[in-house]
Amino acid sequence: MLGRTLREVSAALKQGQVTPTELCQRCLSLIKKTKFLNAYITVSEEVALKQAAESEKRYKKGHSLGDLDGIPVAVKDNFSTAGIETTCASNMLKGYVPPYNATVVQKLLDQGALLMGKTNLDEFAMGSGSTDGIFGPVKNPWSYSKQYREKRKQKSHGENEDSNWLITGGSSGGSAAAVSAFTCFAALGSDTGGSTRNPAAHCGVVGLKPSYGLVSRHGLIPLVNSMDVPGILTRCVDDAAIVLGILAGHDPKDSTTIQDPVKPFALPTLTDVSKLCIGIPKEYLTPELSSEVQSLWSKAANLFESEGAKVIEVSLPHTSYSIVCYHVLCTSEVASNMARFDGLEYGHRCDIDVSTEAMYAATRREGFNDVVRGRILSGNFFLLKENYENYFVKAQKVRRLIARDFVNVFNSGVDVLLTPTTLSEAIPHTEFIREDNRTRSAQDDLFTQAVNMAGLPAVSVPMALSSQGLPVGLQFIGRAFCDQQLLTVAKWFEKRVQFPVIQLQELMDDCSSIFENEKLASVSLK
Amino acid sequence: MWVRAVWLGLRASAGGRRGFSSKADPQGSRRVTAELIEHLERLALVDFGSQEAVARLEKAIAFADRLRAVDTDGVEPMESVLEDRCLYLRSDNVVEGNCAEELLQNSHRVVEEYFVAPPGNISWPKLDEKEPFSHR
Repeated sequence: MLGRTLREVSAALKQGQVTPTELCQRCLSLIKKTKFLNAYITVSEEVALKQAAESEKRYKKGHSLGDLDGIPVAVKDNFSTAGIETTCASNMLKGYVPPYNATVVQKLLDQGALLMGKTNLDEFAMGSGSTDGIFGPVKNPWSYSKQYREKRKQKSHGENEDSNWLITGGSSGGSAAAVSAFTCFAALGSDTGGSTRNPAAHCGVVGLKPSYGLVSRHGLIPLVNSMDVPGILTRCVDDAAIVLGILAGHDPKDSTTIQDPVKPFALPTLTDVSKLCIGIPKEYLTPELSSEVQSLWSKAANLFESEGAKVIEVSLPHTSYSIVCYHVLCTSEVASNMARFDGLEYGHRCDIDVSTEAMYAATRREGFNDVVRGRILSGNFFLLKENYENYFVKAQKVRRLIARDFVNVFNSGVDVLLTPTTLSEAIPHTEFIREDNRTRSAQDDLFTQAVNMAGLPAVSVPMALSSQGLPVGLQFIGRAFCDQQLLTVAKWFEKRVQFPVIQLQELMDDCSSIFENEKLASVSLK
Repeated sequence: MWVRAVWLGLRASAGGRRGFSSKADPQGSRRVTAELIEHLERLALVDFGSQEAVARLEKAIAFADRLRAVDTDGVEPMESVLEDRCLYLRSDNVVEGNCAEELLQNSHRVVEEYFVAPPGNISWPKLDEKEPFSHR
């Protein structure tokens, strides 16, 4: 049951084949078994069971709230959840219990979803590995998959199997791992420079970044206000569309959400791609791109072409500057956003009482890790009077050029762009930490962050396993507010490539009873 | 703890005022001066904490300098991707609030309905007047 799609489980719940409480308990038990992944910071067991009981009552009466009623979900720990600790994996907010729910969390709860817990991330969502939070790094479930282990056994024997575990990517690594390991059906992440798509690609799940302005950011602890977007992680594109349908829409509490009416949509099943034009940005073919990812990218392009789509090479000339531009804008906005953490109204507070400034400084030193402090200081540098024009305003101008590049490409008739999501498959943690956070972010965000600067929707879809048995995902980028079209194309692609299910055999042996029940009469989908 | 030793060591050797300094960068000019460090620490109310952090800032600046190569003549800065739309404004009516108690609960130091702060009229000490902080 845990391996089914949202629609299938929802139908099963309606037909009484499984109850929300059973579903909840299975997920909770799996969360306990996969604790070593460190995907969850807080597991809200009591809350989830209570929600499950309420959902069950609704199903008994035949009044389910919708497709998400009774479905376990997880939320990244930088979304405010009323009554549940929200830490952003930082000492600054350790013990902080928000008095309100983020709008997207509220929308999920209003639909009856069961909140399993808050997932792990890089501190304040700064990073591309989910390794820099105070609760420790998140381990990629694929490190323990049969597919990966078999390939490793061929290479080396007798090595300690756990010492070389792989990163999930970041910063929404906890959410990606939670979905990948079947502990929930959907998870919320946040995407500022690729933080949802990057771990999605490394963990073999679908990672959707909606258009900026489509989904409310109210309650999402902000990193870069002009680029942040709540992200959605699921095991298939259809599920992501269902969740997007629920989360999208104007929010009076977030004035950067557009006012156009948004209705939940069912994704059409595309059969004819002959009218589709796929763009391949040539600047994305960089020397750092691994040959395996490159060949999968080619294969995908050929797939579309062979089925009748028009596949053309396009140019995004300012691509090479996008990382630098992002670096300046991100650190500048971070410097501003992190200024709210002074220890007075919430969060950590140090013991110094000499003066306000001394207290603020000590609180912030104790509360933030090096990465966050580094970004704040860099940001303050770029915002100094003497630097403002040359760095910050300059970066804003370059941002316009980058956004324009995309507009030009889409105006020339391209419907969707196809690019890699990451440079390679997930790497071992020991290798990842050889470079510092900023360097890694600069490297890993290459294909993903230009999208954030232009505010476009993008989705990472797992395509195939690498020669090491690890997932590789490809990214589709759509026109602003054409999320439905984007997901339609992604769904077509997903169906064609048939990405394999992760085989977590050792874990599943314990849960074998769950899978024996799979042989029940097939679920009928109305 | 080693960071504190480094900090103290630097203070001792530099005679107090110049806590951290950067080596001259390839272009010859000293970018990250001690004054700049002090200035940034004061503005951000976050300290560098180590020579490594200063080096990281230098790298960040060098990285950002690559922007100079882009020709942005006649290009307007872009603040938001939604610049073509009107910002939504709520009507100026009070619809929620009255949650003082809830909000006060999250603070460490509260007296009646006030958040308590240390005195604000004491200025941030200069580098050589500061007590070395204890690091985690």
